[in-house]
Amino acid sequence: MSRVWLLLVGAFAALSFAIVLLVLVPRALLMRVEASPGLMPYTTSELQGREVYIANGCVYCHSQQVRDPAFTSDVERGWGSRATVPGDYVYDRPHLLGTSRTGPDLINVGQRLPDRNWQLIHLYDPRALNAWSIMPGFPFLFTEKAPNAVRPGDVVVVIPGPRAPRGRVVVAKPEAVALTDYLLSLKRNAPVPTSATARERTAGPLAGGMSQHDGTARPAP
Amino acid sequence: MTHSQLAGEAEITSATTGAHEHGPTDLEIRLHADASSRLPVLVCYGAAMVWLVVGSLFGELASLKLHWPDLLSRDAWLTFGRIRTAHLNTVNYGWGSLAMIGTSLWLMPRLVHAELRRARLAALGAVLWNVGLVLGVGGILGGVSDGMEWLEMNRWFADPWLVVGGGMIGLALFSTVAARKAEHLYVSVWYIMSAFLWFPMLFLLGNWPSWSGVESGAVNWLFAHNVLGFWLTAVSVGVAYYFIPKVLGRPIYSYQLSILGFWSFAFFYALNGMHHLVGGPLPTWMITTSITASVLMFIPVVATAINLHMTVVGRFGSLRYSPTLRFVVLGAMGYTAVSLQGSFTALREVNRVTHFTHWTIAHSHVGVYGFVTFIMFGAMYYVLPRLVGHEWPSASLIRWHFGLVLAGIAIYVVALTWAGVAQGLALLDPKLPFQISVERTHWGLVGRSLGGLLMTTGHVVFAWHYWLMLRGRQPARARPPFHEARPILYTEAATEAAAAYRKESAVGAARSER
Repeated sequence: MSRVWLLLVGAFAALSFAIVLLVLVPRALLMRVEASPGLMPYTTSELQGREVYIANGCVYCHSQQVRDPAFTSDVERGWGSRATVPGDYVYDRPHLLGTSRTGPDLINVGQRLPDRNWQLIHLYDPRALNAWSIMPGFPFLFTEKAPNAVRPGDVVVVIPGPRAPRGRVVVAKPEAVALTDYLLSLKRNAPVPTSATARERTAGPLAGGMSQHDGTARPAP
Repeated sequence: MTHSQLAGEAEITSATTGAHEHGPTDLEIRLHADASSRLPVLVCYGAAMVWLVVGSLFGELASLKLHWPDLLSRDAWLTFGRIRTAHLNTVNYGWGSLAMIGTSLWLMPRLVHAELRRARLAALGAVLWNVGLVLGVGGILGGVSDGMEWLEMNRWFADPWLVVGGGMIGLALFSTVAARKAEHLYVSVWYIMSAFLWFPMLFLLGNWPSWSGVESGAVNWLFAHNVLGFWLTAVSVGVAYYFIPKVLGRPIYSYQLSILGFWSFAFFYALNGMHHLVGGPLPTWMITTSITASVLMFIPVVATAINLHMTVVGRFGSLRYSPTLRFVVLGAMGYTAVSLQGSFTALREVNRVTHFTHWTIAHSHVGVYGFVTFIMFGAMYYVLPRLVGHEWPSASLIRWHFGLVLAGIAIYVVALTWAGVAQGLALLDPKLPFQISVERTHWGLVGRSLGGLLMTTGHVVFAWHYWLMLRGRQPARARPPFHEARPILYTEAATEAAAAYRKESAVGAARSER
């Protein structure tokens, strides 16, 4: 080759084709997707918690997606009763689908582990609850106070077992409370309508291959 | 000898050893080219070395935390999620990108027989790029992240520095090509020029603040996979296409294969990204498109592999004499390996085991380390003596560097791949509690930390050697560290190349003394 313009036009065309096919066409098709039944926009506190989730990189170990039960054991493992669909994510900006399961999937953690106190203890020190866990604790989302310094309104977290700080009381900072609000809001388990037109609204048109996403788990092969 | 070999030979002859009947000799062209790019290349390489060491330390700490979770967990900026992200951004946008930019700035004037245009602008661009990186990585450690993998650096206060700085560097490269005196564009030019077009397109697309829901997932992985493909891979393959024939004094195996390899690479790689979301909540046709394109990657990968490896076949002995060749040839093998592994991993049946596991991290290190980083090490060993005018001071430091990083990446990949498979099989079996998938990875994660420690040590050795080189306190040598009196390539071409090398380094040394 000896023509620079030919090279650059070709290179531009290759990437532009991919952008049209995998970004612009899906954007046009998914523009009409509606929120899944019962899904509400995040509250202010949940959104703040989502920022804490992003800031501390939770996404690098936790996914937020349930895959097709015909293909994986996500449903049998109890991470959801159906595969998630585009309508489950309409309020997510940016997405937090994740690519790692060093920790378990969290898209329905609000339903699986709805106890706020459990969540706060687990954020402060995961190994106070599960000795085998390799999740880091997030003690910087909490303050440790002398017992007589606790004021009314403080969210006191009682850490069980020998790993509790001695003679100190653990109080959740607003960030920890917001993060817990966000985690408890993660519930994408409501049945998705199964009629073709209704499914199109949440799964998007041309969502071929998503017909099994009706919530029925198949037995493992 | 086939026509293709002749074509390739003509090409390499004009690019390396041939003498013109009129005008400057090739040696003079190379000396002028190297002198013109000296400042920006040294700025890029110097910064790249710092990011290499800093990024390795982040990576090692993140690795330790996965089997020692209470290590340094009390401070927010040292939490795993921030350190891991700082590692990715420093090694990719700091080490890898700056080493590639430096090498591209050095290579392009040589390839097109023109002095680097706007060299000082390019040097300033590299400085701005680093300002953006410091702000972006500082932001990540401080808890400011845009939230998408590979795109975490803040799009308002960090990324614009990279856009402006990268734009200045791109301007220097494009105006150098526009002022070219060589008619033919060698295959390295195709890859490098395209990469400098693709990366800004991708960076703007990925950081455009209008994506939400699953489409932001699609944009995320179109970007992230193509940063690997259209930036790191494209430049590194271009660099390998230069150094392998250059150091061996032998033409590239086939011109036709390099054309096939390049254009199939461009059209298939672009579509690969959605294989990071196999089984995810995107329309299935998108994911199927990417799986298909991933399998089609066999075509460019095999074409490029044949081309690069067949150029070396019969000359493996020469790896002993050239650290550049050693790193670049191993890097090219890394490219073949990581690409075939990637096509295989995209298949649904494989992906249901490996998705979401440490396998992916091992795979990405075969690519970004075993391939890209190795090629950049090789390039730096070749380029730097020609910029500072004297040879690397120590053969044993080069041996230590090579041995440590090779052992390190081997242990890293074996340990983590094994951990990934064990984890994936445990995750797929719903009868096993999640705990099992964590516990089974323990020794693999420990092994990864050991491999990472060796790699980091190798980087410190390399950085130290680099520093000794820049200080230049050792006596000027007439011969490179691995030069032997009777090289294995005892041919006319090798003798000529050795003579040219001596002349070149003598002129370079004389220039640096002035």
